[in-house]
Amino acid sequence: MQTKNTKTFYLIPYFAWIILFVIAPIALIAYYSLFDLSGNFTLDNYKNFFTSIYLKLTLSSFWYAFLITLFSLLVAYPTAYLLTKTKHKQLWLLLIIIPSWINLLLKTYAFIGIFGLYGPINAFLNVFGFGETQILFTDFSFIFVSVYIFIPFMILPIFNALDKLNPSLIDASRDLGASSWTTFSKVIFPLTTNGVKAGIQAVFIPSLSLFMITRLIAGNKVITLGTAIEQQFLVTQNWGMGSTIAVFLIIFMVIVMIITGQRDKGANSNGKN
Amino acid sequence: MKDIVRAALTIILVCLVLFFVNDLLNKNSGKAGSDTVTIYNWGEYIDPDLIAQFEDESGYRVVYETFDSNEAMMTKIEQGGTSYDIAVPSEYAIEKMKEHDLLLPIDHSKIPNLKNIDPYFLDLSFDPKNEFSIPYFWGTVGIVFNPSLLDGQTFDSWDALWDPSLKGQVLLVDSAREVIGMGLNSLGYSLNSTNEKELQEASEKLNKLTPNVKAIIGDEVTQLMVNEEAAVALTWSGQAADMMWENEELDYSVPEEGSNLWFDNMVIPKTAANIEGAHAFINFMLDAEVAAQNADYVGYSIPNAAAVELMDEEVTADERFYPTEETRDNLEVYNNLGLEMLGVYNELFLKFKMGTN
Repeated sequence: MQTKNTKTFYLIPYFAWIILFVIAPIALIAYYSLFDLSGNFTLDNYKNFFTSIYLKLTLSSFWYAFLITLFSLLVAYPTAYLLTKTKHKQLWLLLIIIPSWINLLLKTYAFIGIFGLYGPINAFLNVFGFGETQILFTDFSFIFVSVYIFIPFMILPIFNALDKLNPSLIDASRDLGASSWTTFSKVIFPLTTNGVKAGIQAVFIPSLSLFMITRLIAGNKVITLGTAIEQQFLVTQNWGMGSTIAVFLIIFMVIVMIITGQRDKGANSNGKN
Repeated sequence: MKDIVRAALTIILVCLVLFFVNDLLNKNSGKAGSDTVTIYNWGEYIDPDLIAQFEDESGYRVVYETFDSNEAMMTKIEQGGTSYDIAVPSEYAIEKMKEHDLLLPIDHSKIPNLKNIDPYFLDLSFDPKNEFSIPYFWGTVGIVFNPSLLDGQTFDSWDALWDPSLKGQVLLVDSAREVIGMGLNSLGYSLNSTNEKELQEASEKLNKLTPNVKAIIGDEVTQLMVNEEAAVALTWSGQAADMMWENEELDYSVPEEGSNLWFDNMVIPKTAANIEGAHAFINFMLDAEVAAQNADYVGYSIPNAAAVELMDEEVTADERFYPTEETRDNLEVYNNLGLEMLGVYNELFLKFKMGTN
């Protein structure tokens, strides 16, 4: 019953949103990245990015983002799998999601206490005869807290993919004599790769630009692209350089999206979608 | 669909009720209604009781917001949006704000309490004749340490931080000027150096500090030092005073090679909507009793001579926090180095941070 006019009318909010909040900001960032401190048009910012410490920074950001994603996946997949097998799976899922409603800063501050020299973890280690161990401000604490924060975003898409999986496929695999491992590697996992990819996107991309946790939990011993952008905008007030780093961050994100893109559409469909 | 509409309606209804309640509360608390004074200050930098007292005495309602770096504050003021009536920048930021024409002149005739300020802190190079700024607090940068966690090290010299026995024990503030300045000072150079060779040397020296660095953080330093999580920290005098208040083991020292002397000052930014109220607030804060109470609460050193008289002598005679004029001459005030140079400092600092892992 929709005429052409009403269709256009419905599209207005969508396009307004996209133009105002997606295209305009990206265009502005690209625009600012072409100016130096005194407002001259230049490509120096880009040259600077390739010659200086920013390359090293990019590599280290990628490395930590990779580790965070890997550990998130290692924890999330079995968890999501177990969740689909429980009786009240929606309740369990809710319990995992609820902590992500709590303010990020609050959770991060809590870990400063938990990981402290006189915190519960060290008290626990003491019982087993380990001395006071420096946990806060290490790579371990950084990755642990980041994984903790990102894990709901990894579990959700995997859970959805597993939940949609048609159980008769697993039964069929078993009936045909496949071992549990073969069933997993040849049937379950391939059919849930889209969930895994979505999870990787949801974890890897924000990990690249983490900046508050790097200070509070890693004591600035881990530096990411996010830290560099924050500094360029707020301290150095070099909007050009800050925008340049942001442009590269956007490019990296697009690349990650393409790599993890859902090429094989419908692989996990069981008739519902 | 019905559920979604119901949920949306509930949320809107709750918001409206909250909005209404908020409005009601605001109406009751401020006598003058819309006559507000908006203050933009550093975190933990005023005794909240004094805000209430000012509201009672003047009839203005105070909106109080905080920032955590001069740069963030300036960016926000430059952008307008909120009409801040009072801000509290440091000296080099005042120079910059003057350059960018972000300040309004202060009418001294409306601030009779200006007579309370120690003349030493008036008419300084960053704002001759105090045309745009009135001193609020001042202090130094130095080392706070916990003798009970150390074996007798003292910190009369910056070089003491490089001692191998301090492995993984030193906290630094996440601020380029302070950390690079420390590197420059430890080599006997000026902390305002723009000499490339000197900066390079400082950067190399700082890289050797890496094994001793436990973390580079912000205000969290206070809790970590109070809880004895770390033995040594580079910090500002007032923050050190806070820590020493909570943990009596701690001690503070300003190394002999020199360090930074800083001033935070009240200014009226261009964004001000209530200039009359801003003057009233500045005058109120300069009152001897008010300033003394504020200094007691905040812990930084106060430039108000009349207030110093009223304060506990044990505090004001403490040369760690109220150094003699002779010692002060050994300290340097930050110059506005310009954005180009600030960029160089930050890049060196970033490099240092990258090396700490």
